[in-house]
Amino acid sequence: MSKKEDLALMAHLMRRAGFGADREELERCVTQGYDATVDELIDPPESRPGGDMALMLRYHPSFLLPGGVPYSGQANWMYNMISTKKPLEEKISLFWHHIFATGNSKVDNCDQLLEQIQMFRDYGLGNYRDLLVELSKNPAMIYWLDNNENHRDAVNENWGRELLELFSLGVSNYTEVDVREASRAFTGWTIAPKIPRLPYGRFPWKFEYKEEDHDDGEKTFLGETGKLGGEDIINVIVQQPATARFICRHLYNFFVADEVQVPAWTIEDARDEDALEQMMDAFIDSGYEIKAVLRLMFKSEFFKNARFSKIKSPTEVVAGTLKMVGQYRNPDPGMLQIGKEPTYMGQSILDPPSVEGWYTGHEWINSGSLLARINFVADRVSDSTLPGIQTIIQSMKSDGVTTPEQLVEAAAEHMGFVEFSKETRDELVENAKAAGDLDWGNEEVAATRIGEAMALIGATTEYQFG
Amino acid sequence: MTSTKKDPVVVVLQMTGGNDYMNTVIPYNDPLYYDNRPVVKYAQEDIIKLNDEIGLMPNMGPLKEIYDQGKMAIVHGVGYTNSPRSHFRSMDIWHTCEPDKVGTEGWAGRVARELDPNKENVLTAINFGHGLPRALAVPGVPVAAIADLGTYGLLTGISDQTQRAKALDLFTRMYSPTVGGSFVTDYLRSTGTDAMIGADIVKVAPERYSSNVEYPNSPIAAHLRDIAQVYMADLGTRIFYTQHASFDTHAGEMAAHPVLWTEISQAISAFFQDLKEHNTGENIVMYLFSEFGRRVHDNGSGTDHGAAGASFFFGDSIKGGLYGEMPSRKAEDLEQGDLVPNRDFRGDYTTIVEDWLGLDATPIVNGNFEKVAVLK
Repeated sequence: MSKKEDLALMAHLMRRAGFGADREELERCVTQGYDATVDELIDPPESRPGGDMALMLRYHPSFLLPGGVPYSGQANWMYNMISTKKPLEEKISLFWHHIFATGNSKVDNCDQLLEQIQMFRDYGLGNYRDLLVELSKNPAMIYWLDNNENHRDAVNENWGRELLELFSLGVSNYTEVDVREASRAFTGWTIAPKIPRLPYGRFPWKFEYKEEDHDDGEKTFLGETGKLGGEDIINVIVQQPATARFICRHLYNFFVADEVQVPAWTIEDARDEDALEQMMDAFIDSGYEIKAVLRLMFKSEFFKNARFSKIKSPTEVVAGTLKMVGQYRNPDPGMLQIGKEPTYMGQSILDPPSVEGWYTGHEWINSGSLLARINFVADRVSDSTLPGIQTIIQSMKSDGVTTPEQLVEAAAEHMGFVEFSKETRDELVENAKAAGDLDWGNEEVAATRIGEAMALIGATTEYQFG
Repeated sequence: MTSTKKDPVVVVLQMTGGNDYMNTVIPYNDPLYYDNRPVVKYAQEDIIKLNDEIGLMPNMGPLKEIYDQGKMAIVHGVGYTNSPRSHFRSMDIWHTCEPDKVGTEGWAGRVARELDPNKENVLTAINFGHGLPRALAVPGVPVAAIADLGTYGLLTGISDQTQRAKALDLFTRMYSPTVGGSFVTDYLRSTGTDAMIGADIVKVAPERYSSNVEYPNSPIAAHLRDIAQVYMADLGTRIFYTQHASFDTHAGEMAAHPVLWTEISQAISAFFQDLKEHNTGENIVMYLFSEFGRRVHDNGSGTDHGAAGASFFFGDSIKGGLYGEMPSRKAEDLEQGDLVPNRDFRGDYTTIVEDWLGLDATPIVNGNFEKVAVLK
């Protein structure tokens, strides 16, 4: 493979397993090797911290406990996405947030939602069974799906149902009786009485198992009979082939290529049945380890061949762009705004519209969100004071980028080795030709032209894919 | 058949944060107002009296002028049962008309869909401000979101106008429909084209606008001026949506509340003044609401989340006055210390959707709710 191909493939990996990487990082990873980089992403060295929380909190203490107002919580998470040294950990948290979608619209407590995201960081790459147990004990989730209202003598099926329908098996793989039995099994899994908010403010919520409120009668769930409790239900769930299929299809949809919307999964075949089966085998054979599935997936041909087959989510547009241009590497003033940017594009993180999460793929796109995406990228890449743009300009200068063709080519490479249709490329080159060759004698003008070239690339249909 | 009568237009102004109803529309002769508000109250002599019982907080002078013209209606006790008193949940309920589950379609987006089912006008509904409120969000319904009319558009970061014109030209070509593309690419292209068309159409609005009216210097005044410009440019927009914040006065209410209402009152006054000077605006109804009122008893510096609130209607077609009854302030009549709503907010929407816009409200607001007779 040519050097450029290696870099392009690495850019694809870093975009999917994280939020992108600049040329320097890509070079380092290519030198290290593709498989070694996958391993490093999946098992980062112990010494690698995530985002620099201590630094962030020194300048923005309110981001630690955002309370009921999501903005500082969103900015907190965005900063982690941009600055983390463990990008896959952050990306998998976003993945689980899509699936186990819990929203501030009801929870009204971003402190707890951030705690849930931390739980995803800690457990999201580990064993899926363990993750489900943690999720069942997560106070934000318990409150979101009313399991605190699920009592021995008054069963509430919200959690039991969504656990089966959205978090593990998928519809049509269980009966209404199973929903009821699962719900009975989770009675007593509740939140300890909360310390009142006045006068000292919010205190953390805590999981509590209330034995006396637990229905310990005999239950039959998916063919298993016994005095089943919540963990027993989870043990049965993870053994079902339908669970392997559902979770792996979600992983495929998020990391490999856009599938149809989830409600259609019972009637539409998987985009790549063979790939899905490989992932399912890894899931089952490893005893439900997410890392095993990801390792197989990232190293597979079907993944390597899936460049630009996903519409980038708003979060990926914002985090990826900010990483690329080098903004908010430090917790600079104005950081509160970055949490809101994905919201303008249609994704309010920590506040999904429902427990079903967001409609992804092409449904991220509407006239408002498309303008927001294009303008956001254009505004950032045209700002030659930003460190990342500075690096790109200097890189082009030392590479001797001169002709309009070279300008478009180099800009596309720096923006992730974007691949254009012939028509798009011709249009971009035509446009660049109008101003002739780059004149490095006048660096300011050259910088402006580079910024414009990159802004136009950001406006292409091709660039909406990642 | 052609009609010279203009299509009805609605302007929704959302007061975000929970406006203090009892301290805005004030029962100034009720001892309970003074008993419950040792700190957070206005002096009786400063309150703008509307009748023997009800007055307006002191900074609403400009709105009182509109009230005296008979063009301002104040509706008492608006809300819904079992309010969770959570900002985001309550605002969602107001936006989606779904109190019992998390709704996904906004009422105003549904209205836009009814008014323009074939998406002939991408500017049928516009939000002025960042992002898109859930009230306007319905899959498939194009809604423009204009943070600032002067800078709205595609690639506005390109300062050189010639360069920008070329960029837009290029964009139009790149996004024009093709044959044989994938579904997603086709969808991207048509969406991009809609967005460009919308931005292209709406840019004439500031160009056509000139006015002697001076709007005050506040974000809400800027949004209302943008709305006036787009309205007067006659681009077919039927729903304008905007918001002002933050009314969430848990503390320091006596500092914040007067500022908020000064800003709102002056902005609305300038808006209608502007329309009047241009001899237009007779087909506009403006609706003000907040996601809940606030607690009857103050907390020593501000007030906490409540339930019932007031809503406001403005316009030439409005029969001015006070509507309904303010909920009882007696302790035994309160719920969790809050005024109990006595009319459902979806009745306000029904009034707008049926009586003003002439549409069937039931599918839009998810039910049948009692209207309020504010329209002539």
